[in-house]
Amino acid sequence: MTAPKIRLQGVRKKFGAKVVLDGVDLDVMAGESVVIIGGSGSGKSVTLKCILGLMTPDAGEIAIDGEPVIGVGGRERERINAKIGMLFQSAALFDSLTVWENAAFGLIAGKGMSRREARPVAMEMLARVGLDAKFAMMSPADLSGGMRKRVGLARAIAIEPEILFFDEPTTGIDPIMGDIINELIVKCTEETGATALTITHDMASARKISDRIAMLYKGKIVWAGPTGEIDRADNGIVQQFINGRAEGPIEIDVRRL
Amino acid sequence: MTAVQTIGRVFLAFLELVGQVTMFTLVAVSHCLRPPFYFRLIGRQMMEIGYYSLPVIALTTLFAGMVLALQSYTGFQRNSVGAESAIAEIVVLSITRELGPVLAGLMVAARVGSSIAAEIGTMRVTEQIDALVTLSTNPFKFLVAPRVIAGVATLPLLIVIGDIIGVFGGYIVSIYRLGFNPTLYLKTSWDKLFAEDVITGLVKAAVFGFIITLMGCYQGYNSRGGAQGVGAATINSVVSSSILILILNYLISAMFFGT
Ligand SMILES: Nc1ncnc2c1ncn2[C@@H]1O[C@H](COP(=O)(O)OP(=O)(O)OP(=O)(O)O)[C@@H](O)[C@H]1O
Ligand SMILES: [Mg+2]
Repeated sequence: MTAPKIRLQGVRKKFGAKVVLDGVDLDVMAGESVVIIGGSGSGKSVTLKCILGLMTPDAGEIAIDGEPVIGVGGRERERINAKIGMLFQSAALFDSLTVWENAAFGLIAGKGMSRREARPVAMEMLARVGLDAKFAMMSPADLSGGMRKRVGLARAIAIEPEILFFDEPTTGIDPIMGDIINELIVKCTEETGATALTITHDMASARKISDRIAMLYKGKIVWAGPTGEIDRADNGIVQQFINGRAEGPIEIDVRRL
Repeated sequence: MTAVQTIGRVFLAFLELVGQVTMFTLVAVSHCLRPPFYFRLIGRQMMEIGYYSLPVIALTTLFAGMVLALQSYTGFQRNSVGAESAIAEIVVLSITRELGPVLAGLMVAARVGSSIAAEIGTMRVTEQIDALVTLSTNPFKFLVAPRVIAGVATLPLLIVIGDIIGVFGGYIVSIYRLGFNPTLYLKTSWDKLFAEDVITGLVKAAVFGFIITLMGCYQGYNSRGGAQGVGAATINSVVSSSILILILNYLISAMFFGT
């Protein structure tokens, strides 16, 4: 059996006294699309940031293509991250650059392509995510949330990464645009054969884009299985989450009225 | 016991801060010296820091030179022997050695340091810096190095221009207000000015350019907590670079002119 594309073992991370990740174990195989679901503040974004080296876990191991990546910095980290494209929760577009320069960023700054060479590739990526060429010269600040997400997606796929991370791709946009984004994600991962790791609390999106779902709760993966089996999952926490019920085993940090 | 603990804690926090700034400085400098260089970005920052600061610096040094001539004259009238050449000398030396670099440094700290801190701080809190990392781009190389290089390179130029305008300010007041002889004024200014004076000013300028851009980048890079955090970073960058400018100005003067 080949090594998983991404492997997390016993990953722990706490901020001060607050334990966010408490031993996360997760394997993502090459070409697979895995979705992590979990409530707000359960540490989903922190998990991705640990894999990308934006945060250093307190304990545990993370490997990409069998290669340990925790604590790796400098050029090595750039080489590893060159395999990964990431769509940020808030798109995180560079607002000092135009839309096309954003889409071309990974090609120009990361891969050293010239602006002249990168521009047509960026335009093609923008077309692929359904953005008209007339937006290319605009500033990202002048776009709507859904359009920003699509530019973020174009920027992530432009470098043809082997791995794609999506942080809440459908949050904060209308259901129709959300579904368009879902379809784009499915299309992009299928066309490029990339491995995808998505985090979301939007169940409709999770079902549409995933091969496998893992549920993060209290810093651990409490359930993981094929998407088709989630409705039959013998797990109270999963059942409560996917059915969106207020009552159940999930403890929430809010005072009930 | 508690007082000692508090002092200890403040002292440790201070040491930690010094350590952090030192680390940041070392990494920043190493990226300024190592290729690749983003010339396009350095050029853009030179425009931003140098060219657009020109009007502010011109006004500041012009009026500094003018008021200097006026006040020295008031002082000299009471026991006036050779006021003409003395005033020219006072203006040219004060401007090139001290006032030019310090006033220009403080103005640039307010104008450029704050905008650097706000821009990089916003990029931090909106995850744009994280996005850079995921796109295999080192934020030090891409954000910090171009600004620091541009700061060190352009401030000396700005200050040469500021010096000239400052001396010109003194000239205007001396000739048109105090009725001095223009040829004698310019000749004295030129004769009393030594290379050493100009060089000190330029060394100061380069150091201030480094401090301003570095503090702006440091505060922005480490800002957290949304818009409020960015506001705090902006203030801190201006305050810390202004204080450092005044302290370093004294130290550099003491080094060059101290006996
Ligand atoms: N840099 C940080 N410093 C301190 N605490 C942090 C930091 N980053 C995240 N946290 C904490 O970690 C917890 C998990 O945050 P995270 O962003 O991973 O949540 P999430 O699962 O992505 O939630 P959401 O669905 O709302 O995005 C939060 O309670 C947050 O307060
Ligand atoms: Mg999140």
